[in-house]
Amino acid sequence: MRRALYLLPLLLFLVLGGFFARSLRPDYDPHVLPSAMIDREAPQFDLAGLKDEGLARDALKGGPVLINFFASWCVPCRVEHPLLMALANREHVPLYGIDYKDQPEDAAKLLAQFGDPYRRVGLDRDGRVGLDFGVYGVPETYVLDSDGHIRKRFVGPLTAEQVDKELLPLLKALRKS
Amino acid sequence: MITELGHFALILALCVAVVQAVVPLVGAARGNLAWMEVARTAALVQFALVAMAMAALMHAYVTNDFSVINVAENSHTDKPLLYQISGVWGNHEGSMVLWVFMLGVCSAALALFSGNLPPALRARVLAVQGMIATGFLLFILLTSNPFLRTWPPPPNGRGLNPVLQDPGLAFHPPFLYLGYVGFSVGFAFAVAALIEGRVDAAWARWVRPWTLASWCALTIGIAMGSWWAYYTLGWGGWWFWDPVENASFMPWLVGTALIHSSIVVEKRNTMKSWTILLAIITFSLSLVGTFLVRSGVLTSVHAFATDPERGAFILLLLAVAIGGSLTLYAFRAPALKGGGLFAPISREGALVLNNLILSCGCATVFLGTLYPLFLDAVGGPKLSVGFPFFNRTFVPLMVPMILAVGIGPLLSWKRGDLLGALQRVWAAYAAAVVAILVAFYVTHGGPILAVLGFGLAAWTGMAVLVEWADRIKLFRVGFADSLRRAMHLPRAAYGMSFAHFGLAVSVAGFSASAFDVEAIDTVHAGSVVQIAGYELRFAGVARVPGPNYTADQASVEIRRDGALVALVHPERRFFPLQQQTTAMTAIRTNFLSDLYVALGDGDEAGNWTLRVYWKPLVPWIWIGAMFMAFGGMVSLSDRRWRVGVGARARRMAPALQPAAGE
Repeated sequence: MRRALYLLPLLLFLVLGGFFARSLRPDYDPHVLPSAMIDREAPQFDLAGLKDEGLARDALKGGPVLINFFASWCVPCRVEHPLLMALANREHVPLYGIDYKDQPEDAAKLLAQFGDPYRRVGLDRDGRVGLDFGVYGVPETYVLDSDGHIRKRFVGPLTAEQVDKELLPLLKALRKS
Repeated sequence: MITELGHFALILALCVAVVQAVVPLVGAARGNLAWMEVARTAALVQFALVAMAMAALMHAYVTNDFSVINVAENSHTDKPLLYQISGVWGNHEGSMVLWVFMLGVCSAALALFSGNLPPALRARVLAVQGMIATGFLLFILLTSNPFLRTWPPPPNGRGLNPVLQDPGLAFHPPFLYLGYVGFSVGFAFAVAALIEGRVDAAWARWVRPWTLASWCALTIGIAMGSWWAYYTLGWGGWWFWDPVENASFMPWLVGTALIHSSIVVEKRNTMKSWTILLAIITFSLSLVGTFLVRSGVLTSVHAFATDPERGAFILLLLAVAIGGSLTLYAFRAPALKGGGLFAPISREGALVLNNLILSCGCATVFLGTLYPLFLDAVGGPKLSVGFPFFNRTFVPLMVPMILAVGIGPLLSWKRGDLLGALQRVWAAYAAAVVAILVAFYVTHGGPILAVLGFGLAAWTGMAVLVEWADRIKLFRVGFADSLRRAMHLPRAAYGMSFAHFGLAVSVAGFSASAFDVEAIDTVHAGSVVQIAGYELRFAGVARVPGPNYTADQASVEIRRDGALVALVHPERRFFPLQQQTTAMTAIRTNFLSDLYVALGDGDEAGNWTLRVYWKPLVPWIWIGAMFMAFGGMVSLSDRRWRVGVGARARRMAPALQPAAGE
C-alpha cells in the first residue's frame, strides 16, 4: 500500500502526458476549435446594454455581423483591441461586443481608455450567453450571417492574417449572397 | 565560416554530452575511478564547445550576417548593438542555445566546485546533467538549428519584435533560464541519490546552495519580466496570469518549497523522499513550461513561433526525463528511511505546512493554466478562466502561508511552543492593527481585503524583526552583547530574515494596487490633468527620430503645490519595418508611489489621449522581490556552503556557530 503511494507521481505524469500528446495532434489548434454551432442558428439572447441600448439576437438579423466576446480582465483581449478598432473604423465592419463575466464599470473604463470599436455592447454577467454559444475563453469572435446563423468562430485574439485571409473575404461573400 | 564552426561545435558538444552521460555512470557502477573522472573533463569540454557555438551565433548577429536564416529573420542593420546581442535569445532557436549554454555553465561549475563530493555521486550527478544536455542538443540540431544558411542572402533582416527591444527584456531571459536550468542540478542530485539509494544531511548540504542560487536567479528573472510588463504594456498591470508567466511561476513555487524542505533534510535528516520528489518536480515543471511555451498548445500573448514537430520532440524529452525519474522514484524512494520524528507543532511542522501550501498553490496555478487542454479532451463544458479564477483560488491559499512565515521561524525543532511563539510576537499584532487602522484612515475605508492585506504585510514584517531581535537577545542583555550576537549570527539566518521581510514588502505592494487612481483625458498643449494631489501640464508632442523608429515624444510637467517635481517624456514609438507601435511609458517614482504617464493616440489637430495612473506602493512589489533574491544570496554566502569549509568548520564549530542559526 505504501509502495503504491510512491507510484502516484508517475501515474499522474502519465495521465498528464496523455493530455499533452493529445494536444499535439495535427488537427488540434487552440485557435481553431470545432464548434457544434457552426451553420446553426445563434442561441437566443437579450442582454442589458453597457450604455443605454440592450443587445438581442433578433435585432442583429439583416446583414452579416460580428459578435466579439471580451472582458476587461482578459489580457489577450487587449492585444486584440487595436485590430478591432481598425476593423470598426477602417473596414466599417458591424461589430457587437458581449462583455463576458465582467463588471460593467470595468468594461466601460476599458472602452473609455482604449476606444470603443463596438456598435453596442451587451452584458453577460453570469456567462450564460457565453455558455450557450460554447465560449471557451475570451476573446472569441463569431460571424453571423443575415439570418442569424453562425458561420465562423475565431478562438483567441484575432490576428491581422486571420482578418485579411479569412474574416474579410467571408464577410464579403456573405454580403453578396 | 565562423557560423559553420559554431555549428560543428554544437555537434561536437552533443558527442561529448553522450560521453558525459554514459561513461561516468558505468564507472560509478563498477567503481572505476578513472571512468568516473571522465565526467569532470567532459563537462568542461562540453561547456567550452557550447560557449563557442553561442559566441559564433552572437558573432553572426553582431556582424549582420543575413545569410544565416535565423539572423535574417530576427535582426536588422539599424538595430542598436544591445538588441543585436539580445536578439540572439529573442527567438526560439537562439533561446534554446542560451538554454543549453546555461546548462553548460551549471555543469562546468559543478565540475569545478565539487571537489568535496564523493567521486561516485559526482560522476552520477554530472552524468544526469549530460543526459539532459544530450536531449536538448539533439532537440536544437534536429528541429531548431540556428546555424542554417540561405542563399542568396536577403539585403536586410526582418528585425526583432519591437516589444522585445527593451533593456528589461534583454536581460530577463538569461536570468530566467539560469533559474530554470539551475534546477536541473537539484534534479541531477535527486536522480543520483535515487540510484545510490542514499540521502543524508551531507547530500542536502550539497544540493541546497545550487537550488538556492537557481531560485535567486528565477526570482530576479520573474521580477524583471513583471516589471517589463508593467512599464511597456502601458496599462499599469504587473501580473496577468498568462500561461507563459505561469510557466515560470510554477517552478518558482515548488522551488521555494524545495529550498525549505531541504533544510529539514539537512538539519533533521527526515522528509527525504518528499524532498527528492520536490527536486524532480521543480525541474519537471521547468521542462513542462518549455513544452507549453514552445509547442503552441496554449494561446498566450508571448507566443513564440510554434511548430508541432518541436512539440512532439519536447514531449518525448519530457517522457524520458520526467517519466524516467519518477519511475526511478517509484521503485527506489520507498527504501529511503526517514530519521528524526517531530511533533506537528514544531519547526519541521511549520516547514511541512509551507510545503503543503506552496504545492497546493502550484497545483492551482497548474490547473488554471492547463484547464483548456483538459476540458477540451473530456469534451466538457467550456468555462473561462483568468484573473477571476486565480484571484479566488490562489490568493486566499497564500494568506495562511504568509501568516505562518511570521511564526514558523520562532518554533523550535522537534517540538515547538506555539502559544509561547504567539505571545512573543505581540509586537507583530500591534503592527498589524496599526497598519490596518492607518490604511483604513488614509484610504477612507477602501476595499476591506486590501486593507487586511496591509495588516498581513505588517504582521509578517514585524514578526521577522521580532525573530531577529529574539536571536540577538535585544533589550534582554546589554547592547554591546546584542551587537556581538548580531555580528555572529550565521549569514543563513540573515538570508532568511531578508527573504521573509521581502515577502512582507511585496505583499504590501500587491495590496496597495487596490488603491490605484487613474485619469484618462484627451489633452492638447497646455492642458492640465489633476491626479492624487499632482498637477500634470501637457506641453505638447514632438517627433523625435530613434535608431530604428520614429517617436512621438510628449513633454509633461509634473507639479505639486505649484512647484515643479519632474519633467517626463512618455513616447509612442513607431517601427516602420514591422509597422508596429509601442508605448514607452514615463514613470516617476519616489519609491512610495509611482506616477505613471502613458501617451495614447493622437489626431492631426494635436489632441492626444493621456493616461495617468497614481500607483501607491507599487515599486515595493519589485523591491520585495529583490529583497528575496538578496536574502537568498546572503544565505548562499554562509560559510557553511563554502568550498572545503566543511572539514574545517567541524573542527571549529562549537566556538563560532551559535546555536541560534540551527
